[in-house]
Amino acid sequence: MNGTTIARAAIALTSGTIFGLGLAISGMIDPRKVLGFFDIFGAWDPSLAGMLITAIPVTFLFYRLSGRRSASLTGRPFPPSAPLRVDNRLIVGAALFGVGWGLAGLSPGPALEALAFDARALVFVTAMATGMIVHHTTSQNRRP
Amino acid sequence: MDIYFIPTSSSALNGVANGAAGGILIGIAAGVMMLGNGRIAGVSSFFAGLTGQIPPTWKEDLLFLAGLPLGGLIFVLWRGEPHLLIPDSPWVLAGAGFLVGYGARMANGCTSSHTICGLARLSRRSLVATAVFIATAIVTAAGRALL
Repeated sequence: MNGTTIARAAIALTSGTIFGLGLAISGMIDPRKVLGFFDIFGAWDPSLAGMLITAIPVTFLFYRLSGRRSASLTGRPFPPSAPLRVDNRLIVGAALFGVGWGLAGLSPGPALEALAFDARALVFVTAMATGMIVHHTTSQNRRP
Repeated sequence: MDIYFIPTSSSALNGVANGAAGGILIGIAAGVMMLGNGRIAGVSSFFAGLTGQIPPTWKEDLLFLAGLPLGGLIFVLWRGEPHLLIPDSPWVLAGAGFLVGYGARMANGCTSSHTICGLARLSRRSLVATAVFIATAIVTAAGRALL
């Protein structure tokens, strides 16, 4: 294990922890607040919008800062620019994801974080892993 | 129990203020992953790697994912335990989890990768994905309320 490996591991753990703390502070770990955002005809809860209003620009600034460099601080090259093609897989996949999100009010990040608080999250996370495995095995010819 | 970090006079304002406060941290976290490690902070992508063809970065990915509940525990120590309104029905949870997992893989990303990181890199695919999943989530939540 060299210095770069340790630095990358420390950055990943720190980033995940800050991300988790941010999800908790923003209220996004509580499905009630997420479902409240989707309830546009009822008592609308704008928390999710409040989170995105700061999260996206702050991320954007870091990405711009990264764009001035040839590689990341630990030397790994940055990912290639985002692909442009919008295909049926993207649309159908996003539609299915949204149905699941609207049913329980949980997306992957908050669900994994909720494992620390609530055993019910384990049912969701197990099913989420199953859904991913089913997708891997039924679309072998495509890279994930 | 109230888990508000910044208490304000109205509940809608509370939501925006606390959402924005948490969002700053989420943005820093996603930004540090890119600047430091050259990675898009995609929770479903990291998690999917652990359920399929294991990528060479799996240790980093696992550490990021382990950080999520760790951040939650720090919040508990600091503010007390939040009471989450997770649905009681295991069938709803299982169905929702399956759709979230399958759909995230089919669309190559979830809320973190498409809505936060994808929109921050001005990706058209991520804009489409975000519009679609928020729309179907609104329809689903409205449908559930009617049942």
